[in-house]
Amino acid sequence: MSQQISIPTLAEMIQEGKKPEVLFWVGCAGSFDDRAKKITKAFVKILHQASVSFAVLGAEESCTGDPAKRSGNEFLFQMQAMANIEVLNGYEVQRIVTACPHCFNTLKNEYPSLGGNYEVVHHTQFLKGLLEDGRLKVEGGQFKGKRITFHDPCYLGRANNEYEAPRNLLHKLEAEIVEMKNCKQKGLCCGAGGAQMFKEPEKGNKDINIERTEQALEKQPNIIATGCPFCNTMMTDGIKNKEKEASVQVMDVAELVAQAKDL
Amino acid sequence: MTLVPNIIFAILFFTGIAIFAKNVKKIIRNIRLGISENRSDQSSLRWKQMIRVALGQSKMVTRPIAGVLHIIVYVGFVIINIELLEIIVDGLLGTHRVFAPYLGSFYNVLIASFEIFALLVIVAVFFFWTRRNMVKLKRFLNSEMKGWPKTDANLILYIEVILMTLFLTMNASDFWLQTKEVANYSLAGSFPVSQFISPLFDGLSVASVVAIERTAWWLHIVGILFFLNYLYYSKHLHIILAFPNTYFANIQPKGQLSNLDSVTTEVKLMMDPPADPYANPPEDQEVAKFGASDVMDLSWVQLLNAYTCTECGRCTSECPANQTGKLLSPRKIMMDTRDRLEEVGKNIDTNKGCFVPDGKQLLNDYISQEELWACTSCNACVEACPIGIDPLSIIVDMRRYLVMEQSSAPSDLNNMMSNIENNGAPWPFSPMDRLNWKNEL
Repeated sequence: MSQQISIPTLAEMIQEGKKPEVLFWVGCAGSFDDRAKKITKAFVKILHQASVSFAVLGAEESCTGDPAKRSGNEFLFQMQAMANIEVLNGYEVQRIVTACPHCFNTLKNEYPSLGGNYEVVHHTQFLKGLLEDGRLKVEGGQFKGKRITFHDPCYLGRANNEYEAPRNLLHKLEAEIVEMKNCKQKGLCCGAGGAQMFKEPEKGNKDINIERTEQALEKQPNIIATGCPFCNTMMTDGIKNKEKEASVQVMDVAELVAQAKDL
Repeated sequence: MTLVPNIIFAILFFTGIAIFAKNVKKIIRNIRLGISENRSDQSSLRWKQMIRVALGQSKMVTRPIAGVLHIIVYVGFVIINIELLEIIVDGLLGTHRVFAPYLGSFYNVLIASFEIFALLVIVAVFFFWTRRNMVKLKRFLNSEMKGWPKTDANLILYIEVILMTLFLTMNASDFWLQTKEVANYSLAGSFPVSQFISPLFDGLSVASVVAIERTAWWLHIVGILFFLNYLYYSKHLHIILAFPNTYFANIQPKGQLSNLDSVTTEVKLMMDPPADPYANPPEDQEVAKFGASDVMDLSWVQLLNAYTCTECGRCTSECPANQTGKLLSPRKIMMDTRDRLEEVGKNIDTNKGCFVPDGKQLLNDYISQEELWACTSCNACVEACPIGIDPLSIIVDMRRYLVMEQSSAPSDLNNMMSNIENNGAPWPFSPMDRLNWKNEL
């Protein structure tokens, strides 16, 4: 990148007397996981390109508490939530975008009754908004005519009824969207939700991500698109297990948009 | 003219209703064993949900074959039950086809449509039976379906066929008697289906056909009263409970789990420095139990869910854990909850209204930890349920008990949680490194 993208923290921005349009909630995966960090970087490149004024919390961000809550540890969840709400309310945050559907769901649905009321959007919804406002232009580029299948993240789809925003973006890439036999409301989980990401699966005859990968491969896609860092990990592992890394890529919708724009 | 049949009818009818009412009261009492949960908000949205999902069967048709067959039986059931009104009036007053003179030609339309639906129901039930017993659909063969659940499902189908056959036999013999101009059998009704059965009676005496007509009439109504009382012991309760269940079903986004108020109180206390952590709690405040280990810890909505479950298994067939051979089956979670609730209810009955601890609970005795830890919280089961049952909420409540009361989470999850506690992330990274990616741009 020739041009340096600045990633201000909210603290820095407010110190300068500025207020960002939106807070980018990076999430733990987006901050620490090597694969997910690529999604984070792709997303900020798009934000920069579209001249969106944004900030991050940096060291002030902490786990939303989603995996703790879904493990049953309501104490830990609420401790995390209240600490985060204190930070967010302290900065008078109104609008949050995140590339993680788990953070999205928790911030949007589970923080309000604890005192955290924000407009929370998933990054695919945010990007779709930028397109509609004419702030972002997306054309097919290298993905024109490619077969792409979209794996619905449970916490974006069933949990929050958003099926169209990611598909709209893929459509803009002029890609051939192929749907798996289980998609949208009937989408099969990647196997990571409910804190399964952090534990060994229970006894069974197959791993869930393998089942899902097989469903995706049935469609012979060039790319499996995701909208969740955990789905991304699970599907990437599935593709490795099937030794298809050479022919099938697993990419976040934000990465696809950024690459199509040569960012 | 004797009043004996009227009296016998009245006794049978009111006894049938009374036993049913007694069981309904028991169901309501058992559901009330659950903890309170407010589901009386946004009533117009709830009515709409009930009309769309229960009355309109909107979620049944996501599986077109089962959906269409079910709608036939459902509509048939509702329509044919209009005839029940006439049967009851006839039975109590000793009349015969009492509505016919008042409804004129519309009566013919009604009877004709009942007959057509009766035939359609028999056909649909035949397909249902083949799906269960010949086609061997996977979702009907899970381990929780062995024994009574399988028998129950087939019994319902047999009872439906018997009732419809009795109804058509009753009409066929009635039609035969009408055409022979037998006294009391004045021309009434139109019989598009049973007119093809009535020639079977040719050659019989009038008295024998009257006997057949009366027998079919009596067995039909007795069968209906039996079926009504069978509901309490059967998954078939859904024909009633689907309505309240869809009304009270969750209307929030599916991803939203409840925030436990009892935890909020404690967390606020912990995060409030001036609060005295050693202060005695107010006298009247009971120590809250976190999560659920037994049915009494679940909410009344979850218990209503359990009674409403029809054991169709759509949840289980969509469950990613079940599809990949794990022990978890969301349908079993619901069936176990109902079985345990029934057990608790019986305990209360035998102990004069008081539950005496029986050394059992829903957790471990019915639902194992392995099942609970297999869930990905993906909501596929909730989405799949045609009548708004939420197995996931029970799984989460039981996980809450395991973690907060028993500290018995799988060790990997304990690591994840201590990472969150110490570093604010599920992995052991320093919070100060959160923005390191910025330097890699």
